[in-house]
Amino acid sequence: MSEKLKLAFYWAASCGGCDVAVLDTDEKLLEIAKIADIYFWPVAMDFKYKDIKALDKDFLDVCFFNGAVRNSEQEEIARLLREKSKLMIAFGSCACFGGIPALANLYDPEEILSWVYSGSFSTVGKNGTRPLTRVSVPEGELTLPEFYTAVYTLKDFVEVDYFLPGCPPPPELILGAVETLVSGVLPPRGSVLAPDKTVCDQCPREKQDKKVAAFRRPHEVIPDPDRCLLEQGIVCCGPGTRAGCGARCVQANMPCRGCFGPTDGVVDHGAKLAAVIATTATSKDENEAAERIGQIVDPAGTFYRFGLAASLLRGKSLKEEN
Amino acid sequence: MKNGDFEPRIVGILCNWCSYAGADLAGISRIKYPANIRIIRVMCSGRVEPTFVLKAFAEGADGVLVSGCHPGDCHYGEGNYKAYARKVLIEKLLHQFGIEKERFKLTWVSANEGERFAQIVSEMVSEIKEIGPYRPPRERMRELQPGAGTPPAPGWLAEEELETAVAGGAVAGE
Repeated sequence: MSEKLKLAFYWAASCGGCDVAVLDTDEKLLEIAKIADIYFWPVAMDFKYKDIKALDKDFLDVCFFNGAVRNSEQEEIARLLREKSKLMIAFGSCACFGGIPALANLYDPEEILSWVYSGSFSTVGKNGTRPLTRVSVPEGELTLPEFYTAVYTLKDFVEVDYFLPGCPPPPELILGAVETLVSGVLPPRGSVLAPDKTVCDQCPREKQDKKVAAFRRPHEVIPDPDRCLLEQGIVCCGPGTRAGCGARCVQANMPCRGCFGPTDGVVDHGAKLAAVIATTATSKDENEAAERIGQIVDPAGTFYRFGLAASLLRGKSLKEEN
Repeated sequence: MKNGDFEPRIVGILCNWCSYAGADLAGISRIKYPANIRIIRVMCSGRVEPTFVLKAFAEGADGVLVSGCHPGDCHYGEGNYKAYARKVLIEKLLHQFGIEKERFKLTWVSANEGERFAQIVSEMVSEIKEIGPYRPPRERMRELQPGAGTPPAPGWLAEEELETAVAGGAVAGE
């Protein structure tokens, strides 16, 4: 490749961890810098939206977009960057399927706003003052982005060429993705840039028969470091979650939380996980089965921790509609 | 809409060996029960994944009835025990998604219980008539989604999934 790759990074509704993950490539970042120029990276470099607006259509080679879409600014920039980029990559679980922010879809927007601006313990001045999206002051009109009714994925607004899941995507996968892009031999559009296997495939723990007598939360038990966590009663999303992370959580005695999303062909990640986990608790005694399942405290938060915005129902029914 | 005009659409997922035969018996015996149920036959209630239930709701069903053989009678031994464990978890999930408990049921109906099947369906229809229609949040989110000219692809769904989802939405608008 004679010319340098032109890159952009953006963060929408996300925590910033994805941007840190880019820095986590350590000295390899310098190699990326050798083959690529960065045109936009709000978290690290001082570019303005107008710099991007001034670029020609398809000027950028690749845009790495992290974060879900929750407000009008994020949507606007997603559309802008899509127009200016040849390839759009949903970077990280939030951009791919909503991620942690999408758990807000289990609440009404009104519930969220009233908690944040008057209910929460750390709110000062509980007089119910809320920010407006538009206000006139002597100097002119001030605006804020509009808060959307729900959290959406990037794919809900723009066409996405590749998905790079993970919370955050591990450095090896990021480097692999960059190498693939540089090589010019691109996988089919819409591909997920991670293996189509489950975390169990990469997990070094010993697996036997999956029969769970009692579910326990990670803090309630010191797990055997060599045996399958699920067999020890710890809800692990590994059986239904895409590999690519190197099974790092399970090797640190923490269960898989499902950040890589489902493997190909799965319609609803959370429902698939629910099927797997419930089946391990099967009992011929209905009461016993109910008791075991009852030990799973927050099924929606456990199985849809990263995938709610891309699931079948996509959230809770809003109060006003029923 | 909680008036008498509302006719719930219930998806019934019945196992081949007991409940489907039970429903068949209800028909052969000319037992009257409401026509609100659309029956899908599966080989075993253990085949029913939570995805099936959520998909029915996402595409506009007002209720989902899953039915299998009585405990101990499963043609395959333990399929209905699996169904039961899943049922408990599905109930918890549906509650968190704001879906009323009347909308989802797992029952055991054997091949000679045509009467019982008719009664279960009648009860479910009248309970759901009480609480009114169900409107999936996905449909509403799509309407509310700002700046979207065409319905956006629900993230992660394959193309054919999307087509059925859109078709389901059209039915919901009858």
